[in-house]
Amino acid sequence: MNIRVETVGIGSAINRVDGLAKVTGRARYAAEYATPGMLYGWIVSSAIAKGRIVAIDETAARAVPGVVEIVTHSNRPHVAWLDRSYPEEAGPPGEPFRALYDDRILFSAQPVALVLAEMLESARDAAALVEVAYDVEPHNTDFDKALAEKFLPKKKRGTFHPPKNRGDAEGAFKDAALKVSADYRLATEHHNPMEMHATTVVWEGDGRITVHDKTQGPQNVQGYLASVFGFAKNNVRVMNPYVGGGFGSGLRPQYAVYLAVMAAKLMERSVRVVMTRQQMFSHVHRPEAVQSVQLGAAADGKLSSIINKATTSTSRFENNMEDVVIWGMMNYACANASGEYTVAPVDTYTSGDMRAPGAATGMTIFEMAIDEMAHAAKIDPLQFRLLNYSDIDQMNETPFTSKALKEAFAEGAAKFGWSKRSAEPRSMTDGKELVGWGVATGMWDAMFSKTSCSAKLSANGHLEVASASSDIGTGTYTVMTQVAADTLGLPVDQITARLGDSSLPASPLQGGSWVAASLGAAVQLACKAVAAKVLKAAAKVEGNPLGDASMDDVDIRQGRLVLKSDQSVSVSFADAMRAAGLDTIEVEETASGGISGMISQMQKSRNTHSAIFAEVKVDEELGVVRVTRIVNAVAAGRIINPKTARSQILGGVVMGIGMALHEETMMDHTLGRFMNHSFAEYHIPVNADVDDIEVIFVDEPDPEVTPLGVKGLGEIGIVGTAAAVANAIFHATGKRIRSLPITIDKLLD
Amino acid sequence: MSENSSAAGQTCTISLELNGERRELQVQPWTTLLDLLRDQLGLIGTKKGCDHGQCGACTVLIDGKRINSCLTLAVVRDGAEITTIEGLGSEAAPHPLQQAFMDHDAFQCGYCTPGQICSAQGLINEGHARSRDEVRELMSGNLCRCGAYPNITDAVIDVLAKETGK
Repeated sequence: MNIRVETVGIGSAINRVDGLAKVTGRARYAAEYATPGMLYGWIVSSAIAKGRIVAIDETAARAVPGVVEIVTHSNRPHVAWLDRSYPEEAGPPGEPFRALYDDRILFSAQPVALVLAEMLESARDAAALVEVAYDVEPHNTDFDKALAEKFLPKKKRGTFHPPKNRGDAEGAFKDAALKVSADYRLATEHHNPMEMHATTVVWEGDGRITVHDKTQGPQNVQGYLASVFGFAKNNVRVMNPYVGGGFGSGLRPQYAVYLAVMAAKLMERSVRVVMTRQQMFSHVHRPEAVQSVQLGAAADGKLSSIINKATTSTSRFENNMEDVVIWGMMNYACANASGEYTVAPVDTYTSGDMRAPGAATGMTIFEMAIDEMAHAAKIDPLQFRLLNYSDIDQMNETPFTSKALKEAFAEGAAKFGWSKRSAEPRSMTDGKELVGWGVATGMWDAMFSKTSCSAKLSANGHLEVASASSDIGTGTYTVMTQVAADTLGLPVDQITARLGDSSLPASPLQGGSWVAASLGAAVQLACKAVAAKVLKAAAKVEGNPLGDASMDDVDIRQGRLVLKSDQSVSVSFADAMRAAGLDTIEVEETASGGISGMISQMQKSRNTHSAIFAEVKVDEELGVVRVTRIVNAVAAGRIINPKTARSQILGGVVMGIGMALHEETMMDHTLGRFMNHSFAEYHIPVNADVDDIEVIFVDEPDPEVTPLGVKGLGEIGIVGTAAAVANAIFHATGKRIRSLPITIDKLLD
Repeated sequence: MSENSSAAGQTCTISLELNGERRELQVQPWTTLLDLLRDQLGLIGTKKGCDHGQCGACTVLIDGKRINSCLTLAVVRDGAEITTIEGLGSEAAPHPLQQAFMDHDAFQCGYCTPGQICSAQGLINEGHARSRDEVRELMSGNLCRCGAYPNITDAVIDVLAKETGK
């Protein structure tokens, strides 16, 4: 029994607690709730990128048997007028998009109608028959042309951190013995979670709606829908107990949920709307980016100047901003550094957060530039990073709560066998293939966000912990369960974790890698509060064995309160509750950084770090690159579950391989439309693309960063991975490809 | 198969052996097997990830062979024996692949998982794959955006080894 309890707490590699539901197909996602009388909605997408709708001919569509209604801007129900009535937690400044609001077309594949039918096939068939006439206006979707209009928005996004310049970067660059200077590109990428955005709205008939939505924030969507469509907040319940991936695509309320609720309100019926895979390319995406990096160094390889400038794409109606240029400025010891960040508007939907927004772009590209400087300085790229290592955050001039990057380099290099690397490009081969080894650094924030959690202990020993968080595959159910098991010493099978329901205690969006740290802390607080109530109840136990012991005087072990001073004296939760006549103990607690947390955040930097080592094999005749090995050594504080944590990093690395070699959404500028809008043409890594990936978590105790010492893992796996691959490709081939993804055509060029 | 007319338009009667149970079903000729399973029969374990045969989330076993149910019209499978994830194992008695996927953490969000597991069973039935590289290649019709591939391969190899060790 002892062994079992010890193996389920924080730090143990238990199987995912939601695993059985997922492998048996019982887990129900947003489009999988059947409700009587439900209508199927099929979205009609705009054929043009900019202009106005002149007329919509619905005759043929309405003639399809089973079609009930076609919703357009002409017959839609009332929605809120003011932009501020479209509240969301992670929206950028600007005018949020409103589907079917008026006749204006802002981007290609914008929804222009929603066909509602009794059957799925009828809706799909009829949607193809809706004839829309447009008044076409000139558009620009060419980022290169948009660069002429680049600017720094006056109103900044709340999450944006402007670069802080230091020293005289321009002067130091001029005087530097060694210089590298180049422009780098990152293509537009789409999140493409396997589950398409979908919503099932259940029209409850009494003014209430239940909304099963694919989102990363049920309360975010609840607040948005209530405000936009004029529901009392309590009458909107948003559920997302299972989410088929997100990676950021569910941070903002998507147009599927907006359309489904709009249709349900119009028809006073239940409605389901599912986007097609093609329509998944009509909303949020990682912005296209150009980044210019200039590095100066002394002859011995010590960095003397960093000039880091980047522009990312946004829409014409909102200004999405990311932290692209700050990472290298924070990470490297260098007296002179400057950064400049701007956005350039194109006629697409607004770009937005995709796994490690800003860092996946800016740190990755910076690490490609660092590799160039190491090569120019004729220093091993790992040695170069150690030579310019900084123990403090150089940009903010603050210490880190912890930074075990040196340890990550050491452990990663040892596991990879880095010492056997031959320095010269093109010097390693395996049969006909060139072999290359590359290294890069990753960096992300360790954030904490105010989160509430309830805990309910029943006299039979069952514990339920609940919060309106989400589990998009991140392992949140499992983290909640393990923290609760750890705090109260209960076995996992006596614990139920609930999330994905807006009616549960307040929780922020699932994003930014803050959930494990923040919700974990809230679960712990709630469980401790339960224990305190049990202790109070224990006074009613005959003879009051614990006496006047306070919480400081007792240990919590295996569902018992044990006196620290005499371990033989203990009271079980069940006995205490029975004695006090309690069937249940219920509490709700909130974990919050508070004012002291805010002050501490200004005094110290909180970040995760990683060292990524990659091996590629390149067939030079065909231009084919295979990533044969990756070692990613991660310094991310305390690890709650090594098994699910490793999976988080694997996922980030695989997406990083996609960034390096495959992923690129291509625009036809004549049509203003993303053309490769399918899995056949937008390539994400498949199983055969992914070979040996080793994940190491280096020891990094950090009681200061968050209450549990947890830093979060959702993003760090992708940051820098593509740079390690790109740097390995240079080492293999001697070719510097500065535009991601590195596709065959670029290598053969 | 016979044809009927109803309010929902033309329908056909087909007979399927679905997860071990004989079913007589009225289907419209344009209904895919995927939509039949998910929408009309409530077997939501089979997932829709693209509807174009590009992602493998809808993989089911027809007469033991793995196929994309989104590219299959239900009417053309009259008389077929179909196994979906619901028929492969249960919560009380998970199939060895289902157990291996849990033990190896071979999924995160879980959306591609039923298709991966059905595909893996199809792969085992085919009897071609032995090595890790062969499994990776022959499981490449099933996309996983969470990037669980190394764990999926481990899980499949685990079960393959036990099957071939028999």
